[in-house]
Amino acid sequence: MTTFFLAVAFFLVANVAAGLVRVIRGPTQADRVVAAQLFGTTGVAILLVLSVAADARPLRDVALIFALLAVVISVAFVKRGWVRAPGRPSGYGEGQDRLEGGPNRGDGRENRRTGRDR
Amino acid sequence: MEVIFNTLTVILLLTGCFFFLAGTVGLLRFPDLYCRLHALTKADTLGLGFVAAGVALQLGVWHEILLLVVLWLLVLGAAATICHLLASGALAHGVRPVLAEEAPADGDRAGSVGSERGQSAGSGRSGEGCP
Repeated sequence: MTTFFLAVAFFLVANVAAGLVRVIRGPTQADRVVAAQLFGTTGVAILLVLSVAADARPLRDVALIFALLAVVISVAFVKRGWVRAPGRPSGYGEGQDRLEGGPNRGDGRENRRTGRDR
Repeated sequence: MEVIFNTLTVILLLTGCFFFLAGTVGLLRFPDLYCRLHALTKADTLGLGFVAAGVALQLGVWHEILLLVVLWLLVLGAAATICHLLASGALAHGVRPVLAEEAPADGDRAGSVGSERGQSAGSGRSGEGCP
């Protein structure tokens, strides 16, 4: 049974490693924060499984702290860390302008391609 | 009794692993931020619920199980809140959703989900390009 728990924990760690690809590719800052959310949720699950495998009760408290910190990361990013680059909408990462082509209206109502370019 | 609990734990953990895998695949394969938020905050939260249920069967002390329930409820509320916060913030920052009629201009990443996105073709509202 312990071997099974360790195998599950290893599988979840592999999930986190695959999520790192999204951190590299972006393209927006928010995509990287979404990947950080994956690390938070999966990290909680890894700690829960390991707490049973190793019979370590404190790991469940650590998992609770991880769940809280994942919330704080996203709120801090949206409220403070999401900087607007000069001259272009800040949602786009460096060199990734695949979605550009429309004015930044900011209200979310008119988001379709305007046909002005391309 | 022990055998029953162990079997249930194995089933619940494997189900949880499946949902975590679905969330990771969605994060890597979906075409834009809104679809990735959709995949991650729903599938991963459900996977964590299955994993927490599987772990709770191995504990047998009621206040430890209560801690896991509180943990899952916290993650459940947090995932919904963060999904809404990031999506509305992204709209305000000018991140535009990839819509179905723009599929030919999307390059390689849009090809894999073209069939699902075809269902929302013709809808003009901003959030409905997501599968």
